[in-house]
Amino acid sequence: MANFRLCPDSGLFFDRNAESLMKVNAVAAAVSLLVAGLLALGVALTRWPAVHLLPAEQFYMFLTAHGLNALIFWIIFFEIAILYFASSTLLRCRLAAPRWAWLGFALMLIGAITTNVAIFQGNSSVMMTSYVPMQAAPHFYLGLILFAVGALIGCFVFFGTLVVAKNERTYEGSIPLVTFGAMTAAIIAVFTIASGAIILIPTFLWSIGYIGYIDPEMYRVIWWGMGHSSQQINVAAHVSVWYLVAGLVFGARPMSEKVSRFAFLLYIFFLQLASAHHILVDPGISSEWKIFNTSYAMYLAVLASMVHGLTVPGSMEVAQRLKGYNHGLFEWLRKAPWSNPVFSSTFISIIIFGFIGGITGVVMGTEQINLIIHNTIYVPAHFHATVAVGTTLTFMGLTYYLIPVLFRRQMILPGLARWQPYLFGAGMTALILFMMGAGTMGVARRSADMTFAGAALTYEYPGMAFTMMGLAGIGAVLAVIGGGAYLLVTVGSLVFGKKLDPSAGFLQSFGVPLSRGAYTAQPEILPMAAPVEEYGSAGHFEAPGTFALALVLLISFVVYYFINWKYLASVWPLS
Amino acid sequence: MADPGNNPKDEEERIPAMQSLLENPFLLLFIGVAMPTVFYIIWGIMEIVTVPITP
Repeated sequence: MANFRLCPDSGLFFDRNAESLMKVNAVAAAVSLLVAGLLALGVALTRWPAVHLLPAEQFYMFLTAHGLNALIFWIIFFEIAILYFASSTLLRCRLAAPRWAWLGFALMLIGAITTNVAIFQGNSSVMMTSYVPMQAAPHFYLGLILFAVGALIGCFVFFGTLVVAKNERTYEGSIPLVTFGAMTAAIIAVFTIASGAIILIPTFLWSIGYIGYIDPEMYRVIWWGMGHSSQQINVAAHVSVWYLVAGLVFGARPMSEKVSRFAFLLYIFFLQLASAHHILVDPGISSEWKIFNTSYAMYLAVLASMVHGLTVPGSMEVAQRLKGYNHGLFEWLRKAPWSNPVFSSTFISIIIFGFIGGITGVVMGTEQINLIIHNTIYVPAHFHATVAVGTTLTFMGLTYYLIPVLFRRQMILPGLARWQPYLFGAGMTALILFMMGAGTMGVARRSADMTFAGAALTYEYPGMAFTMMGLAGIGAVLAVIGGGAYLLVTVGSLVFGKKLDPSAGFLQSFGVPLSRGAYTAQPEILPMAAPVEEYGSAGHFEAPGTFALALVLLISFVVYYFINWKYLASVWPLS
Repeated sequence: MADPGNNPKDEEERIPAMQSLLENPFLLLFIGVAMPTVFYIIWGIMEIVTVPITP
């Protein structure tokens, strides 16, 4: 049956069902990002002290919706698209159980809409964490449960597709590294969703009166099994996309498949245990539990991230050096395609994720120095480095690649697309650094008014904290403009971009398959996609520039880590 | 009958344990769910339920 399409530009295969599902998930993700971005503007302009845009009630409503749309809906819709891409496309096979996949998508869509409706009705401003005993409307929880069930179905469709590919022998040897990384994300997603079910189903029953009491500490521990692990899905997914981009842009293969796979294995074993750092100051939980989960176990996951941080740019460097860019330590980097947004997004993401997201993550995961910044605005600074730059910017870069390849449309406004990663990256970096500064001075997160006007108990922050929050606001506005540019280019391209296939019409951009003639039963295999579709290492390890960058990261980490210990000693005098 | 364990071809085709683990998505799924369930969820719940209740 004619169900496969071969992209003549990339050499990638697309199964008809998988292609439509990737498109609808990517479009739903983009809509969620649009909502999240608009709400981000309201949040940022309220936290900017000189502007202070929204009254408290609206601020908390905006913040709740921003958190869920940005951290859950945008990311997981896009990740389901990645799972289908990494299984069906990279393994060149049909998607398993496409009807189930459509059911999963429908549940996710209904869930996301239901939860958003609950929030905007105004009685569910409980933040993304929805800590009990704060109670949201029942359909707030119901929407999240439906979304989670839909995502779980998507994960099992992915696992089913791995089985299909193996049984039908569509690949030789082992699955490609990108698929293995996506599998890591899917495994983490299963634990994440299971944790969500364990806590959100009773909370839903509590909200409709069937259960009388939910222990707040029990809620916090189990909820963070979902809340933080959902962000670990992102880490595994965006690291997989880094390897994918290295292969697609540079033709690079991993420096060592075995080492990279072992790093993903460390993620499978240990990454989810990092959820415990949210519980570090909670009473009733022993230091043994806290230290085992956040230090011993989490450091092994950090080790894995450091391996990926070395091997992804390292594989790019090896590929560049094989092309002759051998002069000095960094000619390979200088001559990299900086005007290609697929690459620039990825590289900015690697740098900010490693240097800021990674280092702050370790600081927050250390029981003692966590005390300095716990529940301050430093925490959103950390996860904007990991998720908003690490994951979101990576996914933005991948979208630029997919517009011609998956959607068969030429990208519009290439000049704007060229600048967009820099604009978004610079705005986000400013936001992150100034929020880190303000958080170190104690500025609370999730607070509508840092002046505490009218409050019974007040606290006066240093003047510099107000300046930092103002500068963070400017960074946020730049980042929102960068995010808007991304949506303008991508959605505009789907609607107005030149058709690269005669049947790639308006509806085809939003999930309707191309005409029957675009698909064949058994397309020929083109060599361009081989680096991402096959198992195998580059076999070269000459990456001195990357090793130099890794040393800079290590020194930065050591210096910043000990500065925090020194700072802890100064804010916590014991003598 | 030849002993299959002494066949040099079998020796060559024996898949290393680590590779067997990495190529079994469902075993990895089990480990990836079991590890955090035991060390994070179950251990964490045990800590909470053993907190003495104020008389």
